Amino acid sequence: MNFFFTLRIALRALLRNKLRSFLTALGIIVGTGAVIAMVAIGEGAKARVEQTFAAMGTNLLIVRSGSASAGGFRGGAESQPSLTWDDLRALQTELPSVRAAAPVLRVNAPVLSEEQNWATQIVGTTPEYFEIRNWRMSSGASLTQSDIDAGTKVVILGQTVALNLFGANADPIGQSVRIKNIPFQVVGVMEKKGQSAGGMDFDDAVFIPYTTFQSKIQPGPGKFMGGGIFVGVDPNAGTGKAERDIIGLLRDRHRISGGLPDDFSVRNLQEMASAAAQGTETLSLLLASVAAVSLLVGGIGIMNIMLVSVTERTREIGVRMAVGARPGDILSQFLIEALALSLVGGLTGVALGVFAAERIATSFDWPLLVRGDVVALSLGVSALVGIVFGLYPARKASQLDPIEALRYE
Amino acid sequence: MALIELQDVTRSYVMGDVTVQALRGVSLSIERGEFVAIMGSSGSGKSTLMNTLGCLDRPSSGHYRLQGREVSQMSRDALALLRNRTLGFVFQNFNLLARTSALENVELPLLYAGVPARERHARATQALERVGLGKRLDHHPSQLSGGQQQRVAIARALVGEPQVILADEPTGNLDSQTSVEVMALLQTLGASGITVVLVTHEADIAAHASRVIVMRDGQVLSDARREPLKAAA
Repeated sequence: MNFFFTLRIALRALLRNKLRSFLTALGIIVGTGAVIAMVAIGEGAKARVEQTFAAMGTNLLIVRSGSASAGGFRGGAESQPSLTWDDLRALQTELPSVRAAAPVLRVNAPVLSEEQNWATQIVGTTPEYFEIRNWRMSSGASLTQSDIDAGTKVVILGQTVALNLFGANADPIGQSVRIKNIPFQVVGVMEKKGQSAGGMDFDDAVFIPYTTFQSKIQPGPGKFMGGGIFVGVDPNAGTGKAERDIIGLLRDRHRISGGLPDDFSVRNLQEMASAAAQGTETLSLLLASVAAVSLLVGGIGIMNIMLVSVTERTREIGVRMAVGARPGDILSQFLIEALALSLVGGLTGVALGVFAAERIATSFDWPLLVRGDVVALSLGVSALVGIVFGLYPARKASQLDPIEALRYE
Repeated sequence: MALIELQDVTRSYVMGDVTVQALRGVSLSIERGEFVAIMGSSGSGKSTLMNTLGCLDRPSSGHYRLQGREVSQMSRDALALLRNRTLGFVFQNFNLLARTSALENVELPLLYAGVPARERHARATQALERVGLGKRLDHHPSQLSGGQQQRVAIARALVGEPQVILADEPTGNLDSQTSVEVMALLQTLGASGITVVLVTHEADIAAHASRVIVMRDGQVLSDARREPLKAAA
């Protein structure tokens, strides 16, 4: 007997008990759907994390001063100025693995326009900062070296600040804003950068030359820098190599010997990104395993119903055998029935899973990532579940004694 | 050569600690075209004999030759093939597939024989016409009377053009008028050259056969040929 006849018989038997077939397939539907959705969510979260770190800047290291320690109290990062302006120049010139380095001096202060005010972060830096962070201008001009040298009172606004001070449609370029009662001329507006992994708004900041920052906003502690250094790493060298070079150089310059701890810290964003990505990967693996267990439970449901079905249809099996069905025919009939249940369940589950993943991706605003291999794998697994859990009932049916089967009440 | 040849056939079942001897050495032969009734009280072994003849069961010892071929050692697949090509069954309780049309019920043996769809339809329709149900092809068993259901079952037994039709109490669930009709149908089949073996415990049903074999305690008690009663259909 050929496959399509068997398939037709199987499908008809399933359609006779629509509700039961649906409920049985539901186990597989939920299982497959959960696997697809969970993996997609995991992948989406991972991509989101990677996106966020890419927004911070790739090949980026952040060097910060160490913590002050007095009488057992430790002041936290940057509480003890240890980086000097000479350190910055050394980083810029002495290390081939460092492409660029920019000082980052920060203070929180309100910025006032003619009509509005907005408290934000004032960042004093150099033109390299934007290059290191791979951050483009939306309009106007960037800071220039002559701004730095002359300490001019120019400012570049982040999107959030521009929006809050001037509204959505106005052009802030050329306007004047006041920071600590000192007028600055707006020369540029940055592109939107988005949020950090922690939810911090990168666009809620304004940028001025660090020289102006020191002379007009907040005087620095002499030869020490009152902030950190953003380092752009030569992509050929890699962040790991650059990190080691910087640590070596600064320990040398600070004369830290042997086993003593660094009086500065280097944050490697690449490493943080991959650690975070790994974290989400572990989580998504965990979710997917839980989902896979529900697929297994769905398989047990199929086995259960197939066993009931074999018992119910014992007479039918007897009749089929009496008119010439071979044990193999009966075996394939019930096996195909189980397979049809699990495959239809699997397909429906994939559709539902993709739908769910799409909804979740939309509401969390991360990319929709339904992997083809995961879809194929979960379909394959649900087919396998159908075969594995269908085999025992089907074998049981095919091994029935035709006389007993015909007599079964 | 006889169509059916049994030689010293025994069949015993183990039920718990007890061994039940259902057949204790049965020897008989049935020629092509005979209409044989097997009679006996319950427990006489007539059903076991029927199952053995129908290749649903294999003898514990002895020989069973169908069309000259030894059946007793055949595999399950080979037996299935014999049932499909050489034998047709009619049961007391009809044993039609529920919620399946008469036509599809009759097509079932052809399905397992691998007959293509078009030919299957044609042959099943023909068989149903032959039993007088040409107008009820798409009726389901629940929409048919007992007599009509048994006719569908007979059409199903016929459709594979078997050598032998085995009928196990075919009139057991039918009223006397319908019983006579079914017997008349079986007689016409016998007349067309098909061997009919009938199991019954009713003498007036057995009277339609040209040969009556009486079983008792797993053995043949008597085996007599006689003039059959003509069923007035």
